[in-house]
This record gives sequence, C-alpha cells and structure tokens, in this order.
Amino acid sequence: MRARPYALRKATNAVALGLTGAAAALTLGILFAILAYIAANGASALNWDFFTKLPAPVGETGGGLANAIVGTLKLLLLASAIGIPVGFLGGVYLAEFGHGRTGFVVRYASDVLNGVPSIVIGIVAYTLIVLPMKQFSSLAGGVALGIIMIPTVVRSTEELLKLVPSNVREAALALGVNEWKTVLFVVIPTALRGVLAGVLLSLARVAGETAPLLFTALSNRYWSHGWLEPTASLPVMVYTYAIAPYDDWHRQAWAGALVLITMVLGVNILARLGVSRRASAS
Amino acid sequence: MHLLPDLKKALPARASLAPTPEEAPEAMRTEALSAWFGPHQVLHEISLRFPARQVTALIGPSGCGKTTYIRCLNRMHEVVPSARVGGKVLLGGEDIYAPKVDPVLVRRRIGMVFQKPNPFPAMSIYGNVAAGLRLTGLAKGRSLDEIVERSLRQAALWDEVKDRLHQPGTDLSGGQQQRLCIARTLAVEPEVLLFDEPCSALDPVATEKIEQLLFELKKRYTIVIVTHNMQQAARVSDLTGFLLMGDLVEFGRTESLFTTPKDPRTEAYITGRFG
Ligand SMILES: Nc1ncnc2c1ncn2[C@@H]1O[C@H](COP(=O)(O)OP(=O)(O)OP(=O)(O)O)[C@@H](O)[C@H]1O
Ligand SMILES: [Mg+2]
Repeated sequence: MRARPYALRKATNAVALGLTGAAAALTLGILFAILAYIAANGASALNWDFFTKLPAPVGETGGGLANAIVGTLKLLLLASAIGIPVGFLGGVYLAEFGHGRTGFVVRYASDVLNGVPSIVIGIVAYTLIVLPMKQFSSLAGGVALGIIMIPTVVRSTEELLKLVPSNVREAALALGVNEWKTVLFVVIPTALRGVLAGVLLSLARVAGETAPLLFTALSNRYWSHGWLEPTASLPVMVYTYAIAPYDDWHRQAWAGALVLITMVLGVNILARLGVSRRASAS
Repeated sequence: MHLLPDLKKALPARASLAPTPEEAPEAMRTEALSAWFGPHQVLHEISLRFPARQVTALIGPSGCGKTTYIRCLNRMHEVVPSARVGGKVLLGGEDIYAPKVDPVLVRRRIGMVFQKPNPFPAMSIYGNVAAGLRLTGLAKGRSLDEIVERSLRQAALWDEVKDRLHQPGTDLSGGQQQRLCIARTLAVEPEVLLFDEPCSALDPVATEKIEQLLFELKKRYTIVIVTHNMQQAARVSDLTGFLLMGDLVEFGRTESLFTTPKDPRTEAYITGRFG
C-alpha cells in the first residue's frame, strides 16, 4: 500500500485537532457563560441578610434564605450518612468479593438504580416515609438524596479499588496478612483519595437535586426543627422563587442559584485537589 | 559440550566449608506437585527437594510454569480465581496443603519477593518494612524501629534511606524499591525466601546488589529463585532445576547442570538453541 501523502495526513490532523478543540472550548464556554450569567444576576441580592435571615413575608421585600441554606446542609448530611457508608461498603464488596453471581446481580442492580430518574426515588421516599408519618420532613428528603447517592458511590468506589494493582494486594497476602486486613489497611488506603473524590462528586450531584425534594422535604418559610418537619432547601427555594411573580424573589432565586452552584463548584474543586495531590506517607 | 564461555566463568568457586547440597538438611520439598488454571494444567507432578540454607534456581523458557511453581510453594497460586493445586508441599515435613493448614500462616513462614517491585503505595519506607509485623499483629511488644533498621540493613538499603524513612516507598528507584520489598519480607522473619525473577526490571548495578544480597541471605535462609538469566542462575545458586512446559526436565548441582547436563533438552536450552 502506498503511504498517504504527507500534506493530506497533516490536513487530517489539523481537522481532528480543530474539532476536538472546538468541542472542548464549547464545554468550557457553556460552563463559564452559566457561571457568569448567574453571578451577574445573583450578586446584587447577595448580602448579609441573605445568609442570616428567614424569607420575608409574602409581599415584603428583603429577608434571606438562611433556612434554605441550613436545610440543604442538613439534607446533605443525612444523605451522606446513608449514601456514603452503604455505597462505600457496597463498592468494597463488589471490588473485592464480587467476582461471582451475587456480584453480578449487585452491580447490575446498582447500575439500574443509577438510571432511575430521581423523581421516582422521591416517590419511593414519599410512599415509604411521608405517607406513613403523614408529614413532609427532612428525614424523607435526606433519605431520598441518600438513595440517589448510593449507586454512584458504589460504582466509583468499585472502579477506584479495582485500579489498585493486584500485585499490591498480593504483596500483602504474601506477607501473611489476612484478606480483610489486606483490603482495609493496604488496598483501601491506596485508593482512598480517589474514593473520597468520588464521594464528593456524588455529593455535589445530589446537592442540586430538586424534583425528589418537592414531595419529601417540601419547603418551609420558617426554620425547620429536628428531622421530622418540612424544610426549605436551596434548589426548591430557587424553583419556587423563580416562578413567583415578584421581582425581589427573582433576584433572590438568582442569589440562591449562585450560592448553590458555588457550593457544588467548591466541592468539585476539593475533589479534584484530593485526587491530584500525591499520596502522603503514613 | 558447547557451553557459553561466559556461563562457565560465571560459576563461582565453591567455598570449601559450605555444606554441599547433598549434605544440607532438607528445608522444603514438593511431591508430585501439579497446578491448574481452570482446566489448563500448567505443572505436571513436579518433585523437588530444597536443602536448607542453599540457593535453588529454577530456569526455563517463558511460560514453562516457573512463576506458577513458586507461587504454589507459599499458597499464593490459589489467590487466582479458578486456580487449583494437586500433590504435596512439605515444609519441615508437614504438608502445607493439608486441610487444616491456614494459608495465611504458611505465607508468614515462606516469604515471597515478586518480579516487579511492589511497595505499598500508601505507606512510607518505614511503614512498608513494618507492615508485615503490624498487620499480622506480631508487632506487639517489639521494637519496630530496631526490626525496621535491621531488615533494611540486611537488604543493603539502610544507608540509602536512613534519612528519609518517612517518605513514600514509591519515591525510591526501581532497584531500591525491590530491596525495600526484600526488607519488607525479611522483617517478618520467614524460614524460606522465594524470589520470582527479582532482577528482571533492574539494571546491572542494581542486579549486582541483589545478587550480593542473596549471598548474605543464604547464611540464614533457604532460598528459591526463578530467573530467566542463566548467568545469574550460575552465579547465585547451588542447585538448579530446569522446567519445560510444566515438566521438571532436570535437577542437580548448578555446576553439573551447566557443565554436564544429562538431558539433551537442558543442553539445548543452556547453550541457547531454543527457549
Ligand atoms: N492467571 C492465569 N490464568 C490462566 N493461565 C495462566 C495464568 N497465569 C499463568 N498462566 C499460564 O500458565 C502457564 C505458566 O505460566 P507462568 O507464569 O508460571 O510461566 P513462567 O515460567 O513464570 O513464565 P515467565 O518466564 O514468562 O514469567 C502459562 O502457559 C500461562 O499462560
Ligand atoms: Mg514468571
């Protein structure tokens, strides 16, 4: 076969580079456009009151979304308390012991769960918690978010543990270390940064979930005490305020979106830093 | 016999005081050891005797089953799913494959150094050496500092790392990492040391260091070493076994195997006619 002419190869190369470069630029462009637009609209409503005050009564201007910020943090705390341990242990199981049929079933189930629309998970939490307790609550919202977290934590943990080379595992076994100690003290620490990053990314993902909260945590214009009362949350507040007919609420919706996206971005950056920094010595 | 001339040179002059392999007591022995991966039998009834405080080398072409064989010696073969073993491995007269024997305890008595250096990435140099003792609960009431220093000295690594014991083990060079892995194995004080091509990833200088080390370690340990490098086998071992396609073709004193091989296939292999 004759070699293709050099000029043609160079041209193909340039086209490929151009296309991939354009796609990359578009991705970045969209992200920055969204960030800039939200920042421009939301910054004006961001003030001390926004972080410390309850929403103003309907019709009055001012007030803040302090209860929604705290509500979101509470929901994420509960979601983490469910999603991280279950997801992490499930991932460890799949990576270390999931070679057989059970592993296949668990892996498959977790992939299906990952594909279930979040609103369906909300309905499940509604049926299991809200209906029997006759009460919208942080509990129901946190459980819904926690369930959404599980499959992503499972799969990211599994993938990252599997990246640990088998010769590291074998080195420990060959020293006469038993299987569970090998997993706990050698394999998991080796993958820990990556696993943590995966957990943070899945937390960032559920932080913005709105649909499942609409009929679990509902919303609240006041402080929500404990876990058994409806609670405000940033995504639901942004949704409610954005569709309301008041300009002041619109501004606060933008500000809420800005706070939310900053939180998510912060968590993302934290996750990236965690992965890129070198493993520290024990 | 057409021998590679440098191979002859590589044979060390035997120190007259050391016991000959025939005189040395037996440390370990395999009886009709077979191994499978799924339905695929890769070792056929290999019987070999490893004298105490001697170095036994296993040579043979790639894929002949050398790694599989030494992994059977400390029950690492069964770590691979679908892998199976038949026959016996006797350590001090006891079969390590007897039903009531715990493989974890076997591995504490028979240490292994792998082909590729594999320090624990999440641990410091110190942590790597101490890991075996810490994770097996044997560290209690003992001075880890002392054991770590002694092991690193035995592995001829102490002087190079003594000022940075708390840096990650993976920061070391390849040859240093391999010596770190040796130190890690020595720290748990096994009775037998298995080396699977420990120098295959190393340059000649690092290889030389490891070979020196083998001479030192031989005073205290029974050593089995797999090697692709016949010069190395000739330099470091007292006994050599030649494997071919899962069969033991020939086994004997290293000098006689390399100078007067009995089997034509051994001769063909060591004179470089195949493999
Ligand atoms: N994990 C495995 N699963 C299935 N077959 C395997 C596995 N590991 C090795 N084998 C097969 O077993 C046979 C012996 O392999 P082994 O690794 O023991 O050879 P070796 O003599 O160590 O070769 P080399 O010198 O290349 O390291 C080969 O045919 C190989 O294909
Ligand atoms: Mg091998």
